[in-house]
Amino acid sequence: MKTRYTYGGDEHIYVEMDDEMSLDAFFKSLSMSNAVRDAKIEGVTEICPANASFQVRFDPDVIAPEDMMSRVKELEHKAEDAEKRLTTRIIEIPVYYQDPWTHETLMRFRERHQDPSGTDLEYAARINGYDGVEAFIEAHHSQPWFVSMVGFVAGLPFLYQLVERKKQLQVPKYLRPRTDTPKLTVGYGGCFSCIYSVRGAGGYQMFGVTPMPIYDPEQKVTYLKDFMVFFKPGDIVKWKPVDRAEYDQIVAAVEAGTYQPRIAEVEFDLDQFNADMPGTNAKLLEALNVA
Amino acid sequence: MSLKIVNPGLSTSIQDLGRPGYFHLGIPMGGAMDRFALRVGNMLVGNPEDAAGLEAVFMGPEIEFQKTAIVSVTGADLPIRVDGQLQEAWTSFEVRAGQTLSFEFLKSGARAYIAISGGIQTPAALGSRSTYPIGALGGVNGRAIQALDELPLGYSSNAIAGKSVAPSMRRGPGSPARLRVLPGLYWHRLTEAAGNGFFEDEWTVALEADRMGYRFKGGRSLEFVDREQPFGAGADPSNIVDGCYSYGSIQVPGGAEPIVLHRDAVSGGGYFTLGAVISADMDLIGQLQPHTSVKFDRVDMAGAMAARHERKNLLMKIREELS
Repeated sequence: MKTRYTYGGDEHIYVEMDDEMSLDAFFKSLSMSNAVRDAKIEGVTEICPANASFQVRFDPDVIAPEDMMSRVKELEHKAEDAEKRLTTRIIEIPVYYQDPWTHETLMRFRERHQDPSGTDLEYAARINGYDGVEAFIEAHHSQPWFVSMVGFVAGLPFLYQLVERKKQLQVPKYLRPRTDTPKLTVGYGGCFSCIYSVRGAGGYQMFGVTPMPIYDPEQKVTYLKDFMVFFKPGDIVKWKPVDRAEYDQIVAAVEAGTYQPRIAEVEFDLDQFNADMPGTNAKLLEALNVA
Repeated sequence: MSLKIVNPGLSTSIQDLGRPGYFHLGIPMGGAMDRFALRVGNMLVGNPEDAAGLEAVFMGPEIEFQKTAIVSVTGADLPIRVDGQLQEAWTSFEVRAGQTLSFEFLKSGARAYIAISGGIQTPAALGSRSTYPIGALGGVNGRAIQALDELPLGYSSNAIAGKSVAPSMRRGPGSPARLRVLPGLYWHRLTEAAGNGFFEDEWTVALEADRMGYRFKGGRSLEFVDREQPFGAGADPSNIVDGCYSYGSIQVPGGAEPIVLHRDAVSGGGYFTLGAVISADMDLIGQLQPHTSVKFDRVDMAGAMAARHERKNLLMKIREELS
């Protein structure tokens, strides 16, 4: 990993920890963006962590760009020395795979897809060497995921799976982006899964839909009363496959104000994870089971 | 209620100076595309510079006033009428209760700002009244204004008609428009010839030009430095591992058509960016119509800072003049 520093115009500093995706790069970008936040540098207006990079927005009338750059660079050693440990939460997100709404949408935009004759899941399973859609879905939900970035549009999480690189699922984006994606679609592009927080354009392959809202500007959903955005970088997610009946039940419970997502507080240690991935993941999932 | 929308125009939205602080969650700062024009408009009617006004794109709205107020229209040249009578732009005028404010066809620019004494007082979301339709925040129930909407106005005691800003102090894009760019971000992905070509070519504003971003076409395609794509980036040479986008940053999907992200920018994504339009020139983009010719000029950080101070000084001069 080699850190690269650059300017984004006269109001942003952009720091890339690595040009390729890895948990190490994500952890370093998260710790370094935290270090910048904790340093409370006057003139900093926004700090945005991303998958393997982060961005600081500042007011150059308060601090000169060159000074801002030096202050950020000084913090790199802090990020390197920081314990690669995170106190975070694991959340179970129900997913109705192969639902009728994303199916209708993917059929509508078939001519923009690499494989117009199949579905997004059939295509993804095939190019990742899986023996059918069911085995691929199993690989998607059996191991947990890190929220490595929140953004694109309001509250949309990007997720990176907690498995070794050779087990990472990879799919290209649509050849040409769709102009429509159902709200709460669980999507996939590159090595990232995502949840479309709102309805709109999109280029990720579509696998299913979650009944659990993750963005609510009116803050009527009970678990979004404190803040309208559900996810933050560093959250851990476990997908839980549900069928139509369970999906409908959860939708009704959300509307009735009785739905509470399953959440447990967990510690994540990167070195421990790298030494024993199945063991670390088993512990994470266990925390959820006793929650 | 104080303003009744008779006809909303093409796309007229409530905007103030935006809601910075939530970009890390994918919620952009938003606010007036031409912040200079909104600030000056507010000064003319005695409002705080960050008061909410209306941003009208290409076409003006028709508004019935239910309360007497002082109004100014800045930015795009959209001839103004009050009950049929022509009014001066960049100048405060009175609209009496019962009168109607309307506009003729656009003469130049793209966005007119209507500032009204007291400011529009719709409910704020995350600290701003700016309309962000994708996230259903601000505006009227999270959307642009519609016919029959009624907008509340705040209280004002210090607004007077007849205040004006001299034409020499009204800032707008030239022809061809020149936008200064600081190379950076993923600039190293371009070959030297492609980097030079970007600044040599004349571009035109494409039809896809809105609050999220402005697309440009007509220049040569950009060539990339050969490399094996990094894990997680995607196969196209213009792809990167999804990262944050800067306001004003210029992405070029597939190397074909540059897109400058603006106030309602997506906060991140998987396209390389070659640098960003400097903060001082962001306002100018808000006044570009489709098919306008544009040249990008390369500047360094010192040039960007000098331009920023020049814009700031101009605002200060206007502030002094109008106070």
